[in-house]
Parts: sequence; C-alpha cells; structure tokens
Amino acid sequence: MMATATMATMRRASVTGVTYLIPAMILVFGWLSPRFLSAGNISNIALQSSVLLVIALPMTLVIMCEGIDLSQGPMIGLCGVITAMIISAGGSPSIGILAAIGLGLAVGLFNGALVALLRLPPFVVTLGAYGMAWGLALAITDGETIVGLGSSLTVFDTGRAIGVPVAVWIAATAYALCHLLLYHTKFGTYVFAIGGSHDALKLAGRSANAYHIAVYAFGGAMVGVASVLLTARMNSGHPTAAIGLEFDAIAAVIVGGTSFEKGNGWLFGTLLGVIAIGLLRNGLNLIAVPSALQVVCVGLLVIISLIVERLRSAP
Amino acid sequence: MSDTNDGARIRTASPFAAFDLGPQLSSVAVRLTVVLLLCAMLTMVSSSFLTTPNLLNVLRQASLIFLVAAGLTLVILTGGIDLSVGSTLSLAACLTAGVMKATGSPALGICTGLVVGIGVGLANGAMVAILKVPPFIATYGMLWVAQGLAYAYMQGDILHGFPPEFRFLGGGFFLGIPVPVYMMAVVLAAGAVFASRTNWGKDFYLIGANRTAAFLSGTPVRNRLLLVYALSGLTAGLAGVIYVARVNSAEAAIGEPLLLPVLAAVLIGGTSLFGGSGGLLGTAIGALILTLIINGMNLLQVKATWHPFVTGAILVIAVLIDQIMRERARRRA
Repeated sequence: MMATATMATMRRASVTGVTYLIPAMILVFGWLSPRFLSAGNISNIALQSSVLLVIALPMTLVIMCEGIDLSQGPMIGLCGVITAMIISAGGSPSIGILAAIGLGLAVGLFNGALVALLRLPPFVVTLGAYGMAWGLALAITDGETIVGLGSSLTVFDTGRAIGVPVAVWIAATAYALCHLLLYHTKFGTYVFAIGGSHDALKLAGRSANAYHIAVYAFGGAMVGVASVLLTARMNSGHPTAAIGLEFDAIAAVIVGGTSFEKGNGWLFGTLLGVIAIGLLRNGLNLIAVPSALQVVCVGLLVIISLIVERLRSAP
Repeated sequence: MSDTNDGARIRTASPFAAFDLGPQLSSVAVRLTVVLLLCAMLTMVSSSFLTTPNLLNVLRQASLIFLVAAGLTLVILTGGIDLSVGSTLSLAACLTAGVMKATGSPALGICTGLVVGIGVGLANGAMVAILKVPPFIATYGMLWVAQGLAYAYMQGDILHGFPPEFRFLGGGFFLGIPVPVYMMAVVLAAGAVFASRTNWGKDFYLIGANRTAAFLSGTPVRNRLLLVYALSGLTAGLAGVIYVARVNSAEAAIGEPLLLPVLAAVLIGGTSLFGGSGGLLGTAIGALILTLIINGMNLLQVKATWHPFVTGAILVIAVLIDQIMRERARRRA
C-alpha cells in the first residue's frame, strides 16, 4: 500500500515539526513571562483553544478533500447572533442552540453541494458564503451587539464537570467523534480517497459526492457548536466577533501537518496545531504584542510551515 | 481535460489566434447589454441616477475597482488567484500616507506605495512559483500578514490631510472627467495589449489553459508567474495610492472590504477561475456592472450593511454562470 506508506512518512514528518515547536514556545514564553505557566493561564489557554479545536477538526477534513472553508469565522458570527436574538427575545436556550447548529448545517450543505456537485473551487464558494454570512449578520443586527442573554448559556462558559470546563469537554467529545468518523467509518475512508485518489474513485465507478457534501455539512454543524461556545463566553451575540477565526483554524491544520494535496491528513496533528496556535496567541498576549502583530506571527508561522513541508516533500 | 488541451494547441499553433476576437467580442456585447439594461432600470426607479454627478461618481468608483481587479485578472488568467489584493492595497495606502506625512513629498509616497505593492506581489509569486504552494492558501496567508502589518503600522490612527496636487490623482477632474478614469483607460489599454498581443501576455493564457503544455513547450512558467503576481501587487499598490488621494485619509481597514467586489468584478467580466480565458476588457465592464448594482442599492436607500451580502451572492452566481458556460462549451466540443 503506497498510500499508507506515504501517510506514515507524512505523520512522522509532521511529528517533528509541531512537537519541537510546542516545547520551544513553552520554554520561551515561560521564560519571558512568569504568568505563562500559572494554573489560571493554562486553564485560560485550554478554554480559548477549545473553540478553535471545534472548528479546526472539520477544517482538517475539508482540507484533506483538497478544499477550504473560509466562511467559518463570519458564520460563527451569524449563528451566534441568531442564538442571541432567539434567547433575548424570550426563546428557550435549547431552541437557540439548535437554530445555530441547524443554520450552520444548512450553509455547510449549500457549500458542499456547490463544491461536490458543480465542481466549483471551494475557496470562491466559501468566500461567497463568507460575504453573505458577514453581510447578513451585519444587516440583521445593524452592527450592534445583541445582549440580554441572562444566565441561559453560562453553563458553557463557567460550568465544570469533574473539575474540567464544559467547553473543554465539548471539544474533547468533538475530537473523539472526528477520530471515530475519520479512522473507523466508511465516511473516513472516503475522505482520504476524495483528496488522495479522486481519479481512482472515478475509475472504480464510485461516486463520493454524498460524502464530499457531508464533509462540508459536518463542518457547518461544528461551526454552530463553536458559535454557542463563543456566544456563551461573551454572553452576547456580536456579528463580527469571530471574523478571522477561520484563519487560526486553517493555520492550526497546516501547522499540524495536514497538507492540501494527496489526502494527507492527521487529526492528532491538528490537535497539536491548535495547542501551538493557542500557546502562541496567549504568549504573545502576555508579552504585550498587539493583536495585529499576532496575526502577522500566525501568518508567518503558516508560511514557514508550508515552506518546510514543501522542502521536505521535495525529492 | 481534452477541451483545454485543444484550446492551448489552437492558441499556440495559429498565428491569427490572438486576433480572433469573435467569441470575446460577443461576450463583451452581452455584458454591455447588461450594463444598458441596468442603466435603463436605474433610470426608471430613481430620478437621481441619470445625472452627471452620479454617472461620474459611478465611473470613478468603477475605475478604482478596476485598478485593483486588473492585476488580479492576469493572475486568474494563469489559473491562480490573489486573495491578498485588498490587504496589499491597505498596506500600500497606509505606507504611502505615512511616508508622505513624514517627508512631505507626494512623489516619495507614491513610489513607496508602488514598491510595497510589488514587494507583496513578489512574495506571493515566490511562494506560488518557486515553492509551489497552492495560490489560494499562499495569498490567503499573505492577506492576514499584510493586513496585520498595516494595522500594526497605523496602531489605530487615521492619517488625513494631504497636499492638493496629490489629492488631484484621486479626486480631481481633467476636462470634466475624474482623473482615476483616465488611469483606468491607460491601464486597460496597456494591459489589454500586453495580455493579448505580446508573447509574455500570451504565456499567461497558455499557463492557465494548460500548465504542463506551457512548461513542455519551453515557456518560462516560473518567471511568468513571478511577474504576474508582482503585477497584481503593483496594481493593488497603485489603487492604494489613488484611494488615499480620493478619500484624503488612510486607515488600516481601507482595503479590507474590497476583496469580494473586486473578485466579483473579475468573474462577472467573464474571466474564468479555471484559467486560460477572459481578459481585461471584460473586467472593466464587470467593474462597471458591479458598481451600477451598488449605486442602485444606494439610490434605493438600501442600507450599506447589505452590501457584503449582495456582493457575496453575486460572487457565487458569477462563478456558477462561469461553470455552466464551461459545461456548455465542453458539450459543444
């Protein structure tokens, strides 16, 4: 099995990259800021990273299918605004949450259908969805923050079970679910095949369209989940709160060693990538680097990862 | 795949291929009809549409969109994409303004803007052409890097109040017509001749139609890609300069909302995202169509918060139409 062999090399290759990066950052930031390794800050990093993990996991699947989902950030904004509007209008929180997940799922289906059935380039389809979600969130709120949620969602922010924040539990469940889907179901096999051996699928007479659409739909539903976590943390709905979060998700996936070609994906790498981005953002915050330069740092990290990967895979 | 192969062969084999404007002219005619229909509709629904100030305003707005879209069109012709044009514009605009404030020299400011644009474009080109990073991810990374640099440089400030001779470039009139419109005309004429009549320009089409064939036939693919991304950075930088001159102020977010309308203008103009077909004339008309739609929404007093939704929808519809046309052409072949 050539493909398996390539995948194994890929995994080893990416282990070295991220696994050096994380301890290096812990050392550097721990040295620069004494607060970095305090219990409070570590729990803070875990909370921040859980939202990112929830969207970086499906982003891994999308990228493995040689796609991308640029709409995640503004979609989180739109879903969050809808949840907040429902709850502040007196609706039950569970209906608000279901609406967010349902809306995410619907837009995911739309993106997936355009990509899989009509063969449109994923970046332009999801960029269109980006514009529509951003515009809709702005238009229905007039750019204002939706407040008045009371304590309906606080369980997702401050709640704990067995001493671990609820948000972290949700992220862990999402990870377990994705692992199961990717490595132990037919769906996962198809995900590897769509990116890696599209022609082989065609020659075998198998249509992967339904699975391809499902990848985007799953991503949309997870965006809904992430929006609930974020809305709970802010205890309000803000239309542009999450713009740019999709970039952190893409960065985590790339830093984690998943590549845009040949269906090479590594879920555990994405977890490491999310931790790396979480440490980087938090550490830069503690040493008072302005958020604009943090974005530049994440961007440079992505570009360096791409270059390292390219040099490594070059014959 | 066979259709693109044939396309490339015809284009390289026939010396007259570059002069065969048949299909291109008809698609231009279709788009001009759309422009006229839009104008007719807007005249009917709003009495302030068919007034000289409003029409000049539409032209000026379209010319600014076109300037950013011109380089992007060439990149898309090669089968690539440049998602960083909006933030390149921001960075160039902010540095132009900053240098002009520091030195008082518009010439130095303009040079800075153009050099910044070319620099960002070359960095994109290096990632795409030399390191073979997929264009959408390379330029998407650059989008955030350039935007972050612009924000970090400005630190939330707004620079405003520039010398009148500089502001003339964006806000001035010459013979009653806004100055940016002349720039659009110059870039359009030079770019269209460059793309369709010179060997370098024809290489862009060839690379987009069939990169392997281009490489095998001895086209210096790497250098052409570097050039095309640098050109995209250059037009974004130029547009940044004109933007500052137009609004007489610069802030880090200046180019952020531009990516969607600019990409939509290119696609409405008929340049295919799959590379190898389209051109600058189409993009010019695309920019006009998009500007008319936005102008129409303004005249009908649709809130500006709806603009991103509408441009996003137009983007998806334009790429859908592009794909349907390709399917039809494939079936006919």
